[in-house]
Amino acid sequence: MITADHLTRRYGDLTAVGNVSFEAHPGLVTGFLGPNGAGKSTTMRMLCGLTPVTSGIAHVLGKPFRELANPGRQVGVLLDAAAQHPGRTGREALAVSAMLMGLPRRRVDDVIDLVGLTPKEANRRVKGYSLGMRQRLGIANALLGEPEVLILDEPANGLDPAGIRWMRDLLRDFARSGGTVLLSSHLLHEVEKVADEIVVIGHGRIVAQGTTRDLVSQSGMDLEDLFLQLTSGVARDLPRPAPAGPAAAVPAGPSSARPTRENAR
Amino acid sequence: MNTIPFARLTLVEWRKQLDTRSGRWLLISIALLIAAVLAVMAFIGDVATTFPALFFGTSTPLSILLPVVGILAATSEWSQRTGLITFTLEPRRTRVGLAKLTSALGSGVVFFALAVGLAAAFHVAVVAFTDAGFAWDLPAGALWGGLLLTVLWMAQGVAFGALIQNSAGAIVAFFGLPVALALFGPMVPALRDAMPWIDLSTATEPVMYDAAALTGNQWAHLGTAITIWVLLPLVLGLVRVARSEIKSA
Repeated sequence: MITADHLTRRYGDLTAVGNVSFEAHPGLVTGFLGPNGAGKSTTMRMLCGLTPVTSGIAHVLGKPFRELANPGRQVGVLLDAAAQHPGRTGREALAVSAMLMGLPRRRVDDVIDLVGLTPKEANRRVKGYSLGMRQRLGIANALLGEPEVLILDEPANGLDPAGIRWMRDLLRDFARSGGTVLLSSHLLHEVEKVADEIVVIGHGRIVAQGTTRDLVSQSGMDLEDLFLQLTSGVARDLPRPAPAGPAAAVPAGPSSARPTRENAR
Repeated sequence: MNTIPFARLTLVEWRKQLDTRSGRWLLISIALLIAAVLAVMAFIGDVATTFPALFFGTSTPLSILLPVVGILAATSEWSQRTGLITFTLEPRRTRVGLAKLTSALGSGVVFFALAVGLAAAFHVAVVAFTDAGFAWDLPAGALWGGLLLTVLWMAQGVAFGALIQNSAGAIVAFFGLPVALALFGPMVPALRDAMPWIDLSTATEPVMYDAAALTGNQWAHLGTAITIWVLLPLVLGLVRVARSEIKSA
């Protein structure tokens, strides 16, 4: 469970994220959708306690992230696959995280296997990794502590079509077994395929949220048209989703059309 | 679920000093340089072959290279962007900073012991291969004074790294600022009289030769200089680490 409650982050006069509220529930994949620079990464860093909030509060599993005792065992985080020391091998990077979390060494081998890195690749320095391999390493790092919640920023970037399919199945299975998934993306069709619920952000503000099905059906548009309309700031006169419906525009609360499987955990 | 024990955090930070090729080579090159300085003193130079002379000879390579280990331990989270992972696995960032400090001090102590051992080994070699006799007479105050200085350099390195959060900038500041003070301090009337109190290198010099022989006045000079160059940057650095935004770019 992730709760963002009126999260705001200002840099001087610039409001990078303004009044963002949403929830991500166990058993569901929640897609966090928006164009580049919309505030997705800033919001995710605020959820993880890396970016101080200007106002508002974020909870993960009922607590501010910074109050989680051993967060890696509860929340798997991937914010930037490129943010690894290039001089460490993939295996060593995971071993450092595993040691910090207090996990047995064999868990490292397990996740390397799970994300489809070969032992040979895992023993190479990260410097030589493709973006796709870095994403797999980042996912491995996020899954290491067997968390209940996943927070992933653009995890599909750099993956080939087979990798994207693999990622989709992985996230679906994770949610189906009761986990909470929040993933950001600007890849609309990817999000449409994997997410049960979608939060759309544009210019630092939430412009729509609801179930994927409702967002698409109520607007009568496909997700791409809806996305471009909601986030462009140009075509403001186009029809917006009905404000009272499950796909309500801001400041709507959590969707009323919440699927019943949310309480799997 | 239990919080991460501080000892484990410290061991992880220690591992991170050692598990990259650049980190390992930095430590290996420090050891090699100490050995090289001792070899030159023992067998090529013409005077300094007593154990105390060799021991004092190790202090220059230690003081120049070891703090870089502390600096890089702190700055790598930013320069290599690993902070995104480190500070999500342990969001209590002050604990991470203190673990970095502790592990860097540990490395300092290990290298100090190594320097003492190498100085002793080279002295034995000098006696064995030349007609020189044993000369072990080193004041105990020089030993623990040297250890104290090593600890100070490491702490100062971590402090500058945590405060500046950029490897090149922290290294330049670490070595450049004291030189700038030594150069310009005596020219500025307001600073001239205060120099013994604020110049760390002159304040630490008597500690190196025999810390037990320091006068009260010298301890006072040392205290203020350490406060300015080590404690203050360390506190400001830890505060900056705790409060700043951790980003990938």
